[in-house]
Amino acid sequence: MRVVLAEDLFLLRDGLVRMLEAFDFEILAAVETGPELTRAFAELEPDVAIVDVRLPPSHTDEGLQCALAARRARPGLPVLVLSQHVEQLYARELLADGDGGVGYLLKDRVFDAAQFIDAVRRVAGGGTAMDPQVIQQLLSRRARDEPLGGLTPRELEVMELMAQGRSNAAIAERLVVTERAIAKHTSNIFAKLGLPVSDDDNRRVLAVLAYLDRG
Amino acid sequence: MTTRAVSGDTGGRSTGGEENGETMNATKAREALLAGVRGLALALVSMAGSVLLFTLTVVSIGLIPVGIGVFAAPLFIERVRAHADFRRTLALSWSGVRIPSAYRPVPRRPGPAGWAARCTTLLRDPATWHDLRWMLADMTAGFGIALLPPVLLAYVAYGWVIALGVWRPIANAGGDWFLFIHVTSQQSGYAAAALGTALFVLGLFVNPALLRGHFQLARALLSPSREAELAQRVDRLTETRHDAVDTSAAELRRIERDLHDGAQARLVAMGMNLGTIEALVEKDPAQAKRLLATARQSSAEALTELRDLVRGIHPPVLAERGLADAVRALALRLPVATEVSVDLPDRARAEAPVESAAYFAVSELLTNAVKHAAADSVWVDLSYEAGALRVSVGDNGRGGAEAGAGGGLSGVERRLGTFDGVLAVSSPVGGPTLVTLEIPCALS
Repeated sequence: MRVVLAEDLFLLRDGLVRMLEAFDFEILAAVETGPELTRAFAELEPDVAIVDVRLPPSHTDEGLQCALAARRARPGLPVLVLSQHVEQLYARELLADGDGGVGYLLKDRVFDAAQFIDAVRRVAGGGTAMDPQVIQQLLSRRARDEPLGGLTPRELEVMELMAQGRSNAAIAERLVVTERAIAKHTSNIFAKLGLPVSDDDNRRVLAVLAYLDRG
Repeated sequence: MTTRAVSGDTGGRSTGGEENGETMNATKAREALLAGVRGLALALVSMAGSVLLFTLTVVSIGLIPVGIGVFAAPLFIERVRAHADFRRTLALSWSGVRIPSAYRPVPRRPGPAGWAARCTTLLRDPATWHDLRWMLADMTAGFGIALLPPVLLAYVAYGWVIALGVWRPIANAGGDWFLFIHVTSQQSGYAAAALGTALFVLGLFVNPALLRGHFQLARALLSPSREAELAQRVDRLTETRHDAVDTSAAELRRIERDLHDGAQARLVAMGMNLGTIEALVEKDPAQAKRLLATARQSSAEALTELRDLVRGIHPPVLAERGLADAVRALALRLPVATEVSVDLPDRARAEAPVESAAYFAVSELLTNAVKHAAADSVWVDLSYEAGALRVSVGDNGRGGAEAGAGGGLSGVERRLGTFDGVLAVSSPVGGPTLVTLEIPCALS
């Protein structure tokens, strides 16, 4: 799998390259500025891009803007955005096109190599990887309106993991139950929230995220 | 969430055209009549207020050697200031005349010594003597100018009353003067009516100018000297600089404490754990693995603490996107529905310190709305008008917020003071609350 990486801090860029190479990713380019990233997007054909929100020379949200522009040029281009902080505002912009293949994670998540690599693969496959903190913020905002369609605590737990972009199998493993039990929970959740049922994992995640962000 | 686009149009205000001619005339006539009413009110106020206060103040100052004046003079001088300030308000709202003021702050200490100090400060303040001088002019020239607009309008009624028959009893009584016309017959009665009408028409044209003239006279006499204005500015700058130094020192202390007790302590624990792991890795791999998990946990917690700390120093969204998006992101974190509307030129940024001050002020106001006012709907409005960034925060909570009561709002006010910013609070008990802040600044 071919990766374009944009991160301005040498230590982190170097560490990410090592980690990705250890998991058999091919690094097409590892750049440190916004203009370099724009050029990389124009010239290379990565399967997934891993981009830091804040990049030189402006040290504003240059990385995010580059990524959004690249996705406008090539809809569905998988992009995993990393940041020292997560903001619903940015998550909303990343998810706005509804194409999937989007990730938005705190840099801390690279601590757990296995989980991080799983997230990269998920995004590359057109899936979603949302940081648990984003989902927490969305949930706490929704909680004030209504008790989320009368979900049980277990269903809430499942929904939280689902909103992060995890597959049924991964959720089952995490909660130490069978995949069939999770499938039952998810169909309950969709029925209670009045969301259209879909077999496509990605569509499902996006529907839940859109539901949570409404209001 | 809504975002209003900015356009060059300043709204539906008409700038006058042929078809607006009639409405324009009607507006002018209304202004002239209003000026008449206001002039009458002013004449009464300047007579009553200025004569009374001038006399009382002069007498009380005269009584200072006797002792009683020490107590009376400050009371009356402060009434004089209120009287002058009231005129300043009227000047601004009726004629758009801005009369600056520069009163020195008055010490408020209890006891006779306090009264003496108050008295001395007030008597040493040149503004006190400016006020007295103004009152003298106000009860004479000011009175006369203020009386002209109503008089110009009133003569028309008297003139027509004479023309329509009252000339007869007047003529029988030997005639009377209507201004310069000696009323003795129907003809002179008509002349009086014509003159009254002419004065009325004149009033329609000059009344607003006369009213403005009254206020300009007040401005000429009440305005502090350049020196006094500068002295006041220096006082204000000294005060705000003091506040700014205090606030930043307190901030640095808080950051130091947070780092010392938080991230720094966690890194120490982590280093210690790593040392133990090094020693254990061959003897007891299982235990070493457990300690590794703890070390990773510590590093994650240190990161979280640092992130919160950074948010308190300079929020990342503010650095990356500017004030508008930072406020939007802030609103998204609130547990209540918050509407943010922005009317700023696209991509315009104020200077970083101004943005930061505005951001933390909004943050504090939003926290107040949620925590103290128990509001369930909040709105924020950002705009830029006449060289100032203006932010309004309103909520439907229980109100009762007060500026300058030593609470959170006075802290906000102090921090805005460094930028010559101001804060206005309207928060009746029972709500709703509306807080508006303005910071003069340039956008780039």
